[in-house]
Order: sequence, then C-alpha cells, then structure tokens
Amino acid sequence: MRFQLIGVNHRTAPVEVRERLAISESRLPEACKRLADHPAIAEGMIVSTCNRVEFLANMKNGTGDLREFLSEYFAVDPSQFERHLYEFREDDAVRHVFRVASSLDSMVVGEPQILGQVKEAYATARAVGAVRAQLDQLLTRAFAVAKRVRNETAVGSSSVSVASVAVELAQKIFGNLNGKSVYLVGAGKMSELAARHLLAHGAASIFVANRTYDRAIRMANEFNGQAIEFTRLYETCDRADIVITSTGAPHFIFRPEHGEKFLARRKNRPMFFIDIAVPRDVDPELNKLDGIFVYDIDDLQQAVATHVADRKKEAEKAEAIVNSEVEKFHARLQTLDVVPTIVSLQDHLETIRQAEIDRVRGRLGAMSPEQEMAVEALSRGIINKIMHTPISTLKTAARDPESTTVIELVRRLFNLQDKERAQEKEAAARSAGDPGAHN
Amino acid sequence: MSLVWLRVALLCYTVGLLYALVALTRTSEILSKIALHAAYLGMVLHLVSLVEAVHQTGQLSLASVHNSESLLGFLIMVVFMLVYLVYKTTSTGIVVFPLVFLLTFIAATGQQPLVFNSTAVQHGWLAAHIITIFTGYAALFVSFGASLLYLLQERALKAKSTRGLFSRLPALQVIDDIGYRSLMLGFPFMTLGLIFGTIVAQSAYHRVDFSDPKILLSVLMWAVYLVMVFTRLTAGWRGRRAAWLASAAFAAAVVAWVANYFSGMHRFIAS
Repeated sequence: MRFQLIGVNHRTAPVEVRERLAISESRLPEACKRLADHPAIAEGMIVSTCNRVEFLANMKNGTGDLREFLSEYFAVDPSQFERHLYEFREDDAVRHVFRVASSLDSMVVGEPQILGQVKEAYATARAVGAVRAQLDQLLTRAFAVAKRVRNETAVGSSSVSVASVAVELAQKIFGNLNGKSVYLVGAGKMSELAARHLLAHGAASIFVANRTYDRAIRMANEFNGQAIEFTRLYETCDRADIVITSTGAPHFIFRPEHGEKFLARRKNRPMFFIDIAVPRDVDPELNKLDGIFVYDIDDLQQAVATHVADRKKEAEKAEAIVNSEVEKFHARLQTLDVVPTIVSLQDHLETIRQAEIDRVRGRLGAMSPEQEMAVEALSRGIINKIMHTPISTLKTAARDPESTTVIELVRRLFNLQDKERAQEKEAAARSAGDPGAHN
Repeated sequence: MSLVWLRVALLCYTVGLLYALVALTRTSEILSKIALHAAYLGMVLHLVSLVEAVHQTGQLSLASVHNSESLLGFLIMVVFMLVYLVYKTTSTGIVVFPLVFLLTFIAATGQQPLVFNSTAVQHGWLAAHIITIFTGYAALFVSFGASLLYLLQERALKAKSTRGLFSRLPALQVIDDIGYRSLMLGFPFMTLGLIFGTIVAQSAYHRVDFSDPKILLSVLMWAVYLVMVFTRLTAGWRGRRAAWLASAAFAAAVVAWVANYFSGMHRFIAS
C-alpha cells in the first residue's frame, strides 16, 4: 500500500484557507476523476466539508507527492498553504481516515454528520471510478470502525452545548417535543438559540414577552410566533410547556405562588423553566413544586461540563479501538500485497507448462482426446502440488514484517521480471476483492 | 405436563428477575435484550401451560388458587409486552418481573392446597369474573409500577443528576402515559369484574354479604381506584400524589387477594 493523505481542517487552517481549497459538490466528481487520472496516482478521493478538505490517494509508487496534484488542480503554488497542510502516509493515513470517519477528529468530538459526509465523498469517488481496490477496502473498513466506535463507546451520546443540553432535558421531561410550546421571557441571544434548538426538535409554537414590546414583536416574527405584552405574562404563561427566561430583572419574576397557579390551570401537566438570566429570574423554590422543573444557567453548564468530561473519557476508548483496527487493516493489506507475487509465480509456471505441452505435442503428433486430457491433468497436477507449499509459505510470510525478504527471494529464484510489476498491480487490484481466488 | 411448561417459563422469568436487579445499578443493552426475549419465551410457555391446564380440566374455571396466580402472572406479562410494543421500553420490567416471578413461583411449586368444588364453578359468570378482575389487577399493578418509576425520574430531574438511573428511564411523560393508559384500561375491567362477582355471589348464595372481609376490601379497592381515575381526570394528579393513591389501591388489592383465605363467601372450598 502507498496511501497518502494531505489536507486542512478547522484546527490547522482558518476559514479563508479552507474555502479556497474547498471543492463544491457539483465539481467533486470531476475533481475525483482528475485526481485518480494523475500519473502518480492509482486511486483517489476527496472529502470536502466546511471544516475540512482532504485528499486521499493510493499512489502508484513511493516517490509521488499529492502536492503535485494540488498545484495542478488549483493552479497555485502549494507552498502557500504549506503551513496549514497536514500530511499522513501509510498507517498514519489509515489511522487518520478511521479517526475522521469515527468523528474523533471533529471540532465537536462525536458529532454524527461527518460519517455521512465521508460516505457521500466515497460514493462520489466510487461512481466515477476513482476508488476501486485498496481505497475501497480502506473506506469500507473505516465505516465499520466508525460503527464500532459508536456502538462500543458513548462518544457521541451526550450533548455538549447549553442549548442542546436544554433540549435533552426537555426531551427527558416531555419525551417527544412535537407540539410543545415555548415561552420566551426576555429576548436575548442565548434564549433565541435555545428556542431554535427546541423548534428544530419539534416544538410547535413560540410566545415572546419582553419589556419593550417592539422587541418582542420583532423576535416573534422571526420565529413565526406570538408577541405578548409583558403585563399579561402571568395570565398567559401557563400555555407554555417550556419557559425560557433571560430578562435583566434584579429580582425573581417567577415565584412559587405563580407556579402553583400555572399548575392548577394546566391540570398539573409538567412545566420546564430554563433560567439563563443572571441574576436569576426564577425562584429556585419553584423546583420543589410537583411537576415544575427549574434549571438555571449553572445547572446547564454543569451538565455540559460532565458531558464534555464523559466524552473525553470515551474518546480515549475510541482511540484504542482505532489503533487496534489500524493494526488489523495493516495485516490484511500485507496478505493482499503478496498476491501479485503469487499470481506471477503461477503465470510463470503456467507458461512453462504450456510450452512443454506444445513441445511434446510437436514430437508425438496429434493425440487422442483422452491422451490430451491425461497430459493436461498430469502436468497441472504436478504444478499444483509443487506450488502448494511455496504459496502457503508466502501467505504466512506476508503477515510477518520481514516478509519482503521471502517475497524477494521467490521473485529472484523464479526470475520473475520487474516489468511484470505493472501488470501485477492491475491483477492485485482486480483480485483485491477476492484474495482467495488464486489458491 | 402443564406444570413442566410452567416451570420452564419460570426459568425464563428468572432471567427477567436478574435483569430487574441489575438494571437498578447499571445499564446493559444486551441484558435488556436477553431479558426481553426470555420474558417473551416465558410468556409463550406460560400460555401453553395455561391452555393445557384448561384442556385437562375441560373448563376455564381455574379450579385452584395456584392456577389463578399463574393466570394473573401471565396477564401482567401481557400488559408489560403491550407497554413494550407501544413505548419500546423495558423499564417497567424493573417492577413487573419480580412480581411475575413471585406469582409464577408460587404457582409452580405444584402444591394444590385449595380447590374449588362449589357448584358456582360451573357458572360462566365465574369465568368472566375471574378474567376481568385479573386483567384489572394486572393493569393496576403496571400503573402502580409506572407511578413508582415516575417518582424516581421526577426526583432525578429535580436533583439535576444527569447520570445513574436518570439516563436509563424513559422520559417523564412517557412513564406518565404508561401509568395513565393502564389505569384507564384497568378500571373498566375491575368494575366489570366486581359486577360479575356480585352476580356470581347472588346466584350462589342469593345474597351479597357486605360485612364479609373479601367483599368489603374489594369494594374499598374499587373506591380507591375510582378516586385515582377521578383525580387524574379532573385535576391531572400525577407524581407523588398519584403514586400514593396507586400504592393505596395496590395495597388494598393485595389485602383483598389475601382475604381469599379468610373470607366466608369467597372461599376456594365451598362452605
């Protein structure tokens, strides 16, 4: 294998650089094709998202450099990007692909979108024939690794922003958020963000109350909601399942007696208060009423902190999984690498056999069909029997780091020509899907 | 044979019981899957056992206390499975499995101490009485279990602990739905069961003795049940208050069940 990967991501490059290298969805198939058609490259694919642009290739030999493609494709001097670029080769490239697909390299570790994006990039490259043999194996494995990481660790399971924690809590209380209504008391950036998250998860209606009514109307329009005058706050608030408060009031706006009134009017259906104001808008005593749940900004941030810590621990487990998978993949590719030698060995012996049969035929004259078959079977049998042990030795040797010596030895013993290398690569590519085909 | 099937079913329920014990301390996806399958298998075997028992005696009369305990266990499992089908949660198993295990265990000991042989046994009303009242019991029990889970979940939410049992229980409203629906399912059955019981008593003894402990307790249980349904529908009582009522109804149900052994009218041996 000769895997190379270069790219930029959110950590190494600012957005100005990333957007210059980004390749839009419509141009991606063509770009993949050009990548794979590059003389130094056997196969290639491109992952281009808002957080990363990566070029992955299976090189034809060890001397090629993916930067050549970059400079040709973008018609720029890649040294311009050099300090933003990262580069991985061989096992490191494999590890990086596994980590990206498992969302361990993401800005928010464990976020689920990246796997889908890699899958799309893979499908695009495959459709234009840019991914065929070893890259195909690599990506298929990467998807399996991502699945393992998701199943065996909790790396993607907890929310790590205040808004998403609020949604998670709301779901823990109401189950499905479909049809739930949200009441914004005070119009701030943070409450707007939380409201957006809740809406995205199914919440249906929004009410906005603000001391300046104009502001309430503006915000309500933004959400397709309903603005309510601040004086009518207490008579309307029981309509909401989720109340998000963020006013600048110096004292509590909601006190236990309000909560009791709301509950009575709501027939005790639960209410969820999210208090992101400092100083707080909701009296913590409210949390003691049956059916009312109050979370202030500290509670939410506390939850975020625990989740982040959890993710870190889980990410360590995930890295261990990735490392063991890289080793496994390495071993598997090495077994594959021995295939060209086996194929040319077989070809070599087959040529000798055919030549000998022709010679015999020339000397004996025409043979009857039975004789023809007997000679065929005899010669084939001898070759297969002789080949059996060397081939299994080769296969075992392939798993050993010293394997190249054995493979080289076989090549020299049988004088397998180097010019065959090119054809063998093709054969290997074809047989990669079925490594047992040449037994 | 019926007893053999029941004992195999009991083995399956044991897995469920283990799940219930383990689930209190940690999550295990695999265990909950195994428990679910085991419970399902146990339920099927349980049904086989019940059918065979009926087949042998030739009537749906549940001629012994133990058969009736077995039937009650089976019906509770049915309700549990219904809850699972609708809500995809095995959490109710934490409460359900131990009780089903206990009921099945008693039934599977194979001793048959008390046997009906009153003439009323032949009566179709009696079968109707038993089936409806047991369905009522089963639903009441699941409702009781749900209200306990509701309390746990509510407490976790209020304590703002995002770990532990909190993360494993279904959403508060889902638990509430389970409790509410089984409550509403159970009430008509319980009511019908009592009506059928009255009819049976009328035809067997030509009177209903309200000072009999069994009947007194049954009516008390029904009254608590009625209060639960009423407070739920009018005031939307749930959480702590609903759990208290459910516990009271459940306690009354247990006492009413035990009263079988002391009642003059509702004895399994005819007086």
